[in-house]
Amino acid sequence: MKKLIYLDNNATTPVRPEVVEVMDFCHTECFGNPSTVYSFGRNAKRVMDESREKIARMIDASKDEIVFTSGGTEADNLAVFGIAKANKDKGKHIITSKIEHHAVINSCKALEKDGFEITYLDVDKYGIVNLEQLERTIKKETILISIMHANNEIGTIEPIAEIGKIAKKHKIYFHSDTVQSIGKINVDVKEMNLDMISISSHKLYGPKGIGCLYVKKGTRIKPILYGGEQEHHLRAGTENVPGIAGFGRAMELAVTETDKENKRLTRLRDMLQEGLAKRIMHIIFNGHPTERLPGTLNCAIQFIEGESLILKLDDLGICASTGSACSSASLEPSHVLMAIGLPHEIAHGSLRLSLGRDTTDEDIDYVLDVLPKAVEELRAFSPLYKEFLKKGK
Amino acid sequence: MYSEKVMEHFRHPRNVGEMENPDGTGRVGNPVCGDIMELYIKVKDGVIVDAKFQTFGCGAAIATSSMVTELVKGKTLDEALKISNKTVAEALDGLPANKLHCSVLAEEALQAAIEDYRKKV
Ligand SMILES: Cc1ncc(COP(=O)(O)O)c(C=O)c1O
Ligand code: FES
Repeated sequence: MKKLIYLDNNATTPVRPEVVEVMDFCHTECFGNPSTVYSFGRNAKRVMDESREKIARMIDASKDEIVFTSGGTEADNLAVFGIAKANKDKGKHIITSKIEHHAVINSCKALEKDGFEITYLDVDKYGIVNLEQLERTIKKETILISIMHANNEIGTIEPIAEIGKIAKKHKIYFHSDTVQSIGKINVDVKEMNLDMISISSHKLYGPKGIGCLYVKKGTRIKPILYGGEQEHHLRAGTENVPGIAGFGRAMELAVTETDKENKRLTRLRDMLQEGLAKRIMHIIFNGHPTERLPGTLNCAIQFIEGESLILKLDDLGICASTGSACSSASLEPSHVLMAIGLPHEIAHGSLRLSLGRDTTDEDIDYVLDVLPKAVEELRAFSPLYKEFLKKGK
Repeated sequence: MYSEKVMEHFRHPRNVGEMENPDGTGRVGNPVCGDIMELYIKVKDGVIVDAKFQTFGCGAAIATSSMVTELVKGKTLDEALKISNKTVAEALDGLPANKLHCSVLAEEALQAAIEDYRKKV
């Protein structure tokens, strides 16, 4: 088989060998239940505590502020429902944005059915939330602001520190989905006035099915899962010890290497973007030009449809993704591309290439060599392209 | 998710491109996802002697366009009108459930092309 060029690192990442090593150790050497009293079980508890401490240190939090969950989705659900349940006596208004991950948006939609009022903030054409609208919509019933740090589709980085200041001024809990930002840019919960953040291990070269919610000490929050007393009574269930150990190691490595990897990926991504701009006519780049995740490149290639392009790239050994309506089960175009104001037919040709640790200069050269040809082939029988060319003449 | 047959037609679509002076043209848009298909036919003595297509759409839309042009060639207009989206999907060894609407596009484009031809003569 030809080489696989994996450019879908915002969807998930490969597990690093250093992480596999600690997980293997857990699977074989300390499979005990961390809640038990005997020393063998305590070994598992120790591994878990060490991991918790590592993760806390990486975001400037303390270890009892980390609640392990089954991933980013559960962390987002816990933040939204947990705050809603514990604070509904104060008010039933939540502010979020139109470009959040579905884990947040659909949690909010479920709360709407239970009588909560949700404000979905608009974003500008780059995907930056409207801060003026945020200030304007805050009221005394507002109990939570949930705005993601970086968007998974277009990579735009939100002004989290500024939102943190606004939330603090109005004494409203502030949650941020940092699933895409941790390990790619710096996250500091104190500096950014964050009360809660969601982290997912499989986006930072750790295992799938594990993540955490950072919950600042003193936050009024209730569990969404009931059972045992694990995770400071906030998340029942026997802990996924190997997952937690792997997550901790992955997080430690990713955060420590952030600056170096950020520079490397930014260079490669810019090389890719400039190369595509030169080789493909009628291409639009989405997301903020500078306030953007280092490895994320989202573009819309006019007159072709994204799913067919992904299939062509797959034949060429390249893994990528699209926000086209045709590629989603609901047959709706990506809500993020709609929110930044892309017309339906342009969102149709969207392509996301997300680079990662394994991406090399040669990979970028290869993509620049074959992608324009794939686009040409699809355009050759696109009725929209034909019309466009005729109009031009 | 796609059958080998779909992928084969997607990779090597038959009868692609615009036709010079077609006898009938059908252009339809997919209301579900916004795709567009154009089908051209040449008719001689009531028989479709040639068919071509242009499609802006997903892999299934491209494969069904390709397949429908193959199926209609050599058929009388009445026979061609009997080709349904099911016929096309079956000829491709099936389509995923959420992609059946793409084959409807092929059926409609064919009907529109035949209608256009009949209006002209
Ligand atoms: C921004 C964002 N939030 C949440 C999630 C969900 O995380 P998980 O896959 O760990 O449930 C993802 C990943 O799909 C994401 O990109
Ligand atoms: S044509 Fe859009 S899903 Fe097939």
